[in-house]
Amino acid sequence: MGTLSIPLHYFLILAAVLFGLGVIGVITRRNAIVIFMSIELMLNAVNLTFVAFSNYLNNVEGHIFVFMVMVVAAAEVAVGLAIIVAIFRLRETVHVDDIRLLKW
Amino acid sequence: MHDFIWIIPLMPLLGAIINGLFGHILKGKAGFIASVAVLISFLYTVRAFFIVMDGTIIHNELFTWIQAGDFTAGAAVLVDQLSIVMMLVVTGVGFLIHVYSNGYMHGDRTVGKFFSYLNLFLFSMLMLVMGDNLLLLYLGWEGVGVCSYLLIGYFYEKESASKAGLKAFLANRVGDFGFAIGIFIIFSTIGTITYAGIEGQVDKLMAAGVVTSAALLLFMGACGKSAQFPLYIWLPDAMEGPTPVSALIHAATMVTAGVYMVARLSFLFVRSDVAMMVIVIIGTFTALFAATMALVNNDIKRVLAYSTISQLGYMFIGVGVGAFAAGVFHLMTHAFFKALLFLGAGAVMHSLADETDIRKMGNLYGKIKITALTFIMAWLAISGIPPFSGFFSKDEILAHAFLYSPLVWVFGAIGAFLTAFYMSRLVFLTFFGESRVEPEVEKHIHENPPVMTIPLMVLAVLSVVGGLIGIPAGLAYLWGGENHFANFLSPVFANAASYSEPHHISHALEYGLMAASILIALGGIYLAYLMYIKKAMDPDAIANRFSGAYKVLSNKYYVDEGVEAGILNPIVRFSQWLWHFVDTRVIDGFVNSAGKIVWLLSLIARRVQTGYVQHYASVMVVGVILILAYYIFR
Repeated sequence: MGTLSIPLHYFLILAAVLFGLGVIGVITRRNAIVIFMSIELMLNAVNLTFVAFSNYLNNVEGHIFVFMVMVVAAAEVAVGLAIIVAIFRLRETVHVDDIRLLKW
Repeated sequence: MHDFIWIIPLMPLLGAIINGLFGHILKGKAGFIASVAVLISFLYTVRAFFIVMDGTIIHNELFTWIQAGDFTAGAAVLVDQLSIVMMLVVTGVGFLIHVYSNGYMHGDRTVGKFFSYLNLFLFSMLMLVMGDNLLLLYLGWEGVGVCSYLLIGYFYEKESASKAGLKAFLANRVGDFGFAIGIFIIFSTIGTITYAGIEGQVDKLMAAGVVTSAALLLFMGACGKSAQFPLYIWLPDAMEGPTPVSALIHAATMVTAGVYMVARLSFLFVRSDVAMMVIVIIGTFTALFAATMALVNNDIKRVLAYSTISQLGYMFIGVGVGAFAAGVFHLMTHAFFKALLFLGAGAVMHSLADETDIRKMGNLYGKIKITALTFIMAWLAISGIPPFSGFFSKDEILAHAFLYSPLVWVFGAIGAFLTAFYMSRLVFLTFFGESRVEPEVEKHIHENPPVMTIPLMVLAVLSVVGGLIGIPAGLAYLWGGENHFANFLSPVFANAASYSEPHHISHALEYGLMAASILIALGGIYLAYLMYIKKAMDPDAIANRFSGAYKVLSNKYYVDEGVEAGILNPIVRFSQWLWHFVDTRVIDGFVNSAGKIVWLLSLIARRVQTGYVQHYASVMVVGVILILAYYIFR
């Protein structure tokens, strides 16, 4: 641990705020792309928590998880964006209120 | 011992299975297979007959069929003198009718089905007469009922045929209902249903006071199956079936099951004077009642059907007055001549393009000689002309009836007069007089192929000589003989005989009664001769003079109408009420309102499911927060 260290809870609070913003974005925004970005925000909040704890505990496992999350997120973005593009082509909208196929 | 006995019922069953499964492939060969199956049964029956002749009663249990608590029923056969007579009649006459059917049903689209049913019928009938307990009897009883239903409705495209089948089945259900309860009473009282067991414990039934009710309920079943008043209504309609079926099932075998049952349980019936009296009364009434309806009918098969009902009445008089051997004897001779009459009628119809109305026949004697001659043999037999078989058997019954009560004899004699008259009318209108055949049909009149006429000839021989094995003791006494048939059967009825008063009829009385019945028969024939050949009396004029009575008779006493108005229509109306009110309103109401309530509730519940993913996500977030809060602040 370096001498000029920022205390752990600073990171955690930042991560929590980011995560909360992400959740609010997912719940309140209607544009699918924005929702998607909000999800990415939540993922990154989690990543930040991982890295913070990894540094705090002097343990490399957190880093490994972060890489894992990034890989999965990349794949998810690829698939998710493709779905959004497909929906846009079909319905000419990415507004989630118009895409309510779960209810007949 | 004597395991071969099982071949007898199983051969027809095998035939039924083969024809039932492969009939559509076998086509023309189906009849051959069915006939051979029955022939094998018949030959083994003959073998069994010689064993029984020597005084051995065959009792063979194959396996325990049903075992539940105290109740045991074995798949066991009992072949004694009574069974073997029935088996000979069933397989013998059955074989002849199978052969005949090969000609009669030639060219039918579904012969395989026909012969499959016919074989199945013989299996059921054999189980009925061979079983050693009431359950096997009941199995056969219901089995023949089903086959009867299937065969009456064989021409199912015809509405009248399928309705007639239904009628037969329903009328029989009424009787079988009583029959089943009768068996229940016996079982619940003495805990066994084997004949030997019941015979040994009749005293217990007496002590419990259920003999009369059991006997009457069993007789109710016999009324249905053997077409006695008031359940006879199905038999005339059963003529919708193919004619060999009428001959086999509705004349020779199945309808005699009731007589067989009473004779088989003779030891039970004789213990109840009331039941015996009821049997005699029903039998006498039916014998007379059915004969009057035969007087005016113009359908060759229906006249024979009423005649069958009437003759069954005589059999019941026989067993009812305690002359069981005489009843069974008449059963046997009747099987010969009535099967012959039906097959003859079928042959006539076959020659005349399925014409059944005797007003459109006449003068057929020269054209179909073999059929006519054999028919005449049967006519003489049923009319009671000596030495044809019907004379001996009917006379035996009437003689015993006289001892029971001269009144029964009087009614029986009137019935015999009517029988001689209507049978003569049938024969004269069909075979003699001027031809009233439609010209188009007349051109094609032809004698039937040998496959049909040979069974007729065999049955004709049996009708003529069949009575000789049971010449009444009084007559046989003249040359020092005895009634072989009655002696042969006597071990079966030994128990019953010990309870009924000894009937000793003086020879003088017996000769007197015989002379009377011969005169009565000749009188009936002569009257028909005057009316239909000599035209000395005009039947139409008589019909007009007594138009009221004629109308009642030709409408069959309006019994069918009465049944329809008094029983069927109320049932139909009640059923419709059940349908329209109880079913659609009450039952469907319950079910539908259960569904409706769920639907109403879900109208509220469905609001939760908005379809917006974000709503679900919000709920999830709230849930996560609540759970976290619980863990943090608990």
